[in-house]
Amino acid sequence: MVSSVLGVILALIAGGFVLKAAGVTNPIATYQEIFKQGFGTFADWRAGFTALFTGTDCPKGLLCFGPLSDTLVKASPILLTSLACILAFRMKQWNIGADGQMFMGAWAATAIAVFILPKTTPAVLMLGMMGTAGILAGLIYGAIPGFLKAWFNINEIITTLMLNYVAYKWLEFFVVVGPWSIGDFESTGRFPPSATWPRLTQFADKIPVLSGLTANPGILLGIVAAIVLAWILYRSRWGYEIRVIGNNPKAARYAGINLKRNILLVMALSGALAGLAGMNEVAALRELNGRFQRGYGFTGVIIAWLSRLNPIAAIFVSFLFGGLLVGTQLIQPQGISSMLQGVILFVVVGTEMLFRYRVYIEKIVEDVPVREIGDVS
Amino acid sequence: MTELSNAFEMCGIVKRFPGVLANDHVDFSCQVGEVHALLGENGAGKSTLMNILAGLYRPEAGDIFIGGKRVVIRSPQEAIALGIGMVHQHFMLVPSHTVAENMVLGLDQPRFFLNLSKIEDQVAELGKQYGLNIDPQAKIWELSVGEQQRVEVLKMLFRGAKILIMDEPTAVLTPQEVESLFKTLRDMTGRGHTIVFISHKLEEVVTIADRVTVLRRGKVSAANVSAKGTTKAQLAKLMVGREVLFQIDKKPAQPAEIVLDVDGLCADNDRGLPAVREVSLEVRAGEILGIAGVAGNGQRELAECLTGLRTIKSGEIKIGDAVIDGKTHWRELRWQVAHIPEDRSEVGSVPALSIAENLILKAFSRPPISTGLSINKAAVRKNAIQLVKEYQIATPTVETPVRMLSGGNLQKVILARETSKRPELMIAVHPTRGLDIGATEGVHKLLISQRDAGAAILLISEDLDELLSLSDRIAIIYEGKIVGETSTEGADIQKIGLQMAGVKAEA
Amino acid sequence: MTSGNLFDLGVTILFGALVSGTPLLFATLGEIFAERSGVMNLGIEGMMLMGAMGGFATWFRTGDLLLGILVGMLLGGLMALLHAFITITLRADQVVSGLALTILGTGLSSILGQPYVGQRVPAPTTLTLPILEHVAAEQIIIVLIGLVFSPLAWYYLNRTRPGLNLRSVGEHPSAADSLGINVIRTRYLYVVFGGLMSGLAGASMSLITDPGWVDGKASGLGWIAVGLVIFASWDPLRGLWVSYFFGLLRRLPLDLQNPALPLVSTANNPSVGRIMDMLPYLATIFILILGSREAFRKRLGAPAALGTPYIRGQRGL
Repeated sequence: MVSSVLGVILALIAGGFVLKAAGVTNPIATYQEIFKQGFGTFADWRAGFTALFTGTDCPKGLLCFGPLSDTLVKASPILLTSLACILAFRMKQWNIGADGQMFMGAWAATAIAVFILPKTTPAVLMLGMMGTAGILAGLIYGAIPGFLKAWFNINEIITTLMLNYVAYKWLEFFVVVGPWSIGDFESTGRFPPSATWPRLTQFADKIPVLSGLTANPGILLGIVAAIVLAWILYRSRWGYEIRVIGNNPKAARYAGINLKRNILLVMALSGALAGLAGMNEVAALRELNGRFQRGYGFTGVIIAWLSRLNPIAAIFVSFLFGGLLVGTQLIQPQGISSMLQGVILFVVVGTEMLFRYRVYIEKIVEDVPVREIGDVS
Repeated sequence: MTELSNAFEMCGIVKRFPGVLANDHVDFSCQVGEVHALLGENGAGKSTLMNILAGLYRPEAGDIFIGGKRVVIRSPQEAIALGIGMVHQHFMLVPSHTVAENMVLGLDQPRFFLNLSKIEDQVAELGKQYGLNIDPQAKIWELSVGEQQRVEVLKMLFRGAKILIMDEPTAVLTPQEVESLFKTLRDMTGRGHTIVFISHKLEEVVTIADRVTVLRRGKVSAANVSAKGTTKAQLAKLMVGREVLFQIDKKPAQPAEIVLDVDGLCADNDRGLPAVREVSLEVRAGEILGIAGVAGNGQRELAECLTGLRTIKSGEIKIGDAVIDGKTHWRELRWQVAHIPEDRSEVGSVPALSIAENLILKAFSRPPISTGLSINKAAVRKNAIQLVKEYQIATPTVETPVRMLSGGNLQKVILARETSKRPELMIAVHPTRGLDIGATEGVHKLLISQRDAGAAILLISEDLDELLSLSDRIAIIYEGKIVGETSTEGADIQKIGLQMAGVKAEA
Repeated sequence: MTSGNLFDLGVTILFGALVSGTPLLFATLGEIFAERSGVMNLGIEGMMLMGAMGGFATWFRTGDLLLGILVGMLLGGLMALLHAFITITLRADQVVSGLALTILGTGLSSILGQPYVGQRVPAPTTLTLPILEHVAAEQIIIVLIGLVFSPLAWYYLNRTRPGLNLRSVGEHPSAADSLGINVIRTRYLYVVFGGLMSGLAGASMSLITDPGWVDGKASGLGWIAVGLVIFASWDPLRGLWVSYFFGLLRRLPLDLQNPALPLVSTANNPSVGRIMDMLPYLATIFILILGSREAFRKRLGAPAALGTPYIRGQRGL
């Protein structure tokens, strides 16, 4: 993890230079403001900890720790997309299409919420169906490039990317110009109340510490998914197969592991996770409109890398990134968050390679002579 | 200057690699216009020596003289400038380019614009001169191996090479192509070229060479011996020697029922040429059958057939009662068959995973390692700890990723994984390659103990000493066929050497 | 846009396709060279965005169009240099590095390009030609550059020594190395060249073919270029046709709105427009599928060493 932390620090420094170039006079103040917006002030945190330790009830509940609500809300979708990427990347399948899969999931969930199930459906059933639809849509949308890769060895990077754009347009078609838009608004209109996430604060009478939290249970979906994924990767047979394939496909074949089927499965499941993220977003936004946020899929890539492809670590990194996204919402200039994200990824990739490079060098010194001597084939 | 002047002289050449002294004060020289064979087994140092002459390696000590003048050769370009060209075993030709394009690659002239038709004419002309007829417009991948070799030779001639080094040139040729090659070589010496012919094949050496120098374990064991004046038996002895390095204590074998029964096996190599030709052999429980032969004679392909990594063209393999055919589910069979692969880190292990996880590569889908969907971590760990202790694998923890292990320890991991369940059959391919003496000893001990426990072991190795000391019986493979078989007790080493070199057993 | 007879319409559409396809052509040609040397550069999209933004910003500040183009190229080249360092010298994974560069380029161009969104655009120098009234001279120029460059690139690749060296490095670096060709230097050179071309592609978009800067200007063209390289079988001449074809696809929604075509009512339907927007992306997938099977039959495959870092002495390539 050292290189990740190092990478982030370097990235912040580099980002500071970029901010300077964009006309910001004091990048550090900007960073401070971002932190405050995303995570709250020190005063808030102190009050929160004090309340915890003295056993009193902080009047703002968990909000004593700052604008947690917003951060949690932002963290949910990116946690899910990062999990999608983690699963795929573990097997060296580069699913860059989490964005598109998320869009399709959102679309499917909306279809259920607004057009298929009646308004009066109870929330549990409604949300459950939406989730299922989102998962299925993402699953299919991820299985397509998976199939092409597994059976025809077609580069999944390009196919998933292209499908991203197709998904964007697909949504636009339905919501902006087509059948789903209401009047001139590029939107489906409000969902029926049962199709939206309740606020966590609504459960405050059962769990008092939740009072004030306007976040939704979506984050719990993500956490549960992360735990399940961690279990799969580290404790299940399938996870073992995935890790072997991702590390040495030849050895995997030797061990009798079926490569094609696993590629398809992994890409499909990865898509499913991203599709769930889409449902999550739409249930939180309570409508589907033309401003549906793009880019969460790419943020997922970055989080996956920073977490070193570890699902549990992804929970925390997503939280941090959630704070980043919230914090940069109101800061000028716009686009800081994606710039920072890009710089972070780039620096992390670079520094990680530096670490691995050393091991690589040593390996070469060890290996080459052996081949040179006995080199009579 | 004597009347037969030396084309080149190499004096006192020393070349070291980590752990190995490849050339130990070697003297080697050739006269102008002769074909001089450099004979020896794998690892004898022949390729290394010639790679030095061709500018690919720098020697630690020693001098090189070309035409009487001392030179230092720092790169293949400098070697070419001195008139030395080497045709390697793995051709340095770009498959998707034409002959002409390959011919002209890397040259100074023409500088920028390539007038391909002019170059093609030049190539055709040169080819006619030397009787090496090649279509200059043909793409390399379209040519047969023999033709590709001709292109390589022509490439050297195009660059003005006077001294030509051929590294095991007949390894990839059909008998007709060998004939053709020899004719070309004689033709070239007639024009004043000098040929160094690296080989392990006695028949050919005796046919084509004027003089022979034999290397063994990095040293010259016979220099400038007249090819016509020496018997093959003598050459074989010089090549293979008599000392046995390790004297392994082992009980006499008590072979029981047949475990591996191979009958008329045929298989092709990666190029589609026959590599295994009607091989039949048997290995019984409780014995070690060694396969002797210089690398490249089909052993690898044979091992791959026996472990499910290569398709069988015809013939039959029986392991125990199971008959192997195209549909065999190797996952089940792997339980009974242990495979120590040639290439540890390629097929044998998963580098980034831990030792514990590598140890279960074959066992992960069955209890006790896994029940239902999940893997029992405690069982994995317990298994690993026990194996690490039993096989004395040097590692800080069982969670250490295997890419951090030394070659010897990695081999132990593979051995532990493959043999811990007391397999019926073991196929070990070059198991001690690249290992130091201590690790080698450990592997030997393990093989013997498995054999004593009743396993049937097929041992493929380039090291004849190792084979002689470990095996109960030895079969010799040459050009894909089993050309001889004998028990190691009181074996005639000379005869084995001859057979390895392709000489038909004289009745 | 002219109304009138169908022939005029045809010429207009054709020219539109050429203009629209030219930035794609530049990016594709650049990537062909980079991949021919054995290095895959997935950062094209990011480089195009930086080239577009940087070029536009430069013009906006200085009023000098040519300078803008040059700056755009330079930005692309610099990013490519980073990519080259990471993948060739550090031997890191080419895929991830390229991806990181694209994300970086996207974010960087977004943030630095803020002040230039929706600003006034360079006024084209209008010419009046037969049929094509009010056409921009700059557009004609870059189309011509593209038309000329492509066959020149082909000639360079197939009939000159440097081209032969380049191809050898990508097919069989060991052989090239053994004959004295500097594999590392060759790869660096052509990767940076690819970056320069991507920067050029971006700058020509924001300054000439589609003037103006908005976030995400390149809208995935960089990715399409990667696919086009495959479909063009790494051949510059084929890249020419393929790029123009895609240029046509991109313009289709616009062109179908031309009153001269009897499809006005359907074409004006924005839904149809959205579906047609999808076409280039779907087409890329389609051609990838085609390409994968064609390759079997024609043995026109990728440069054999594409994607693998070169290590002297390693078995294989």
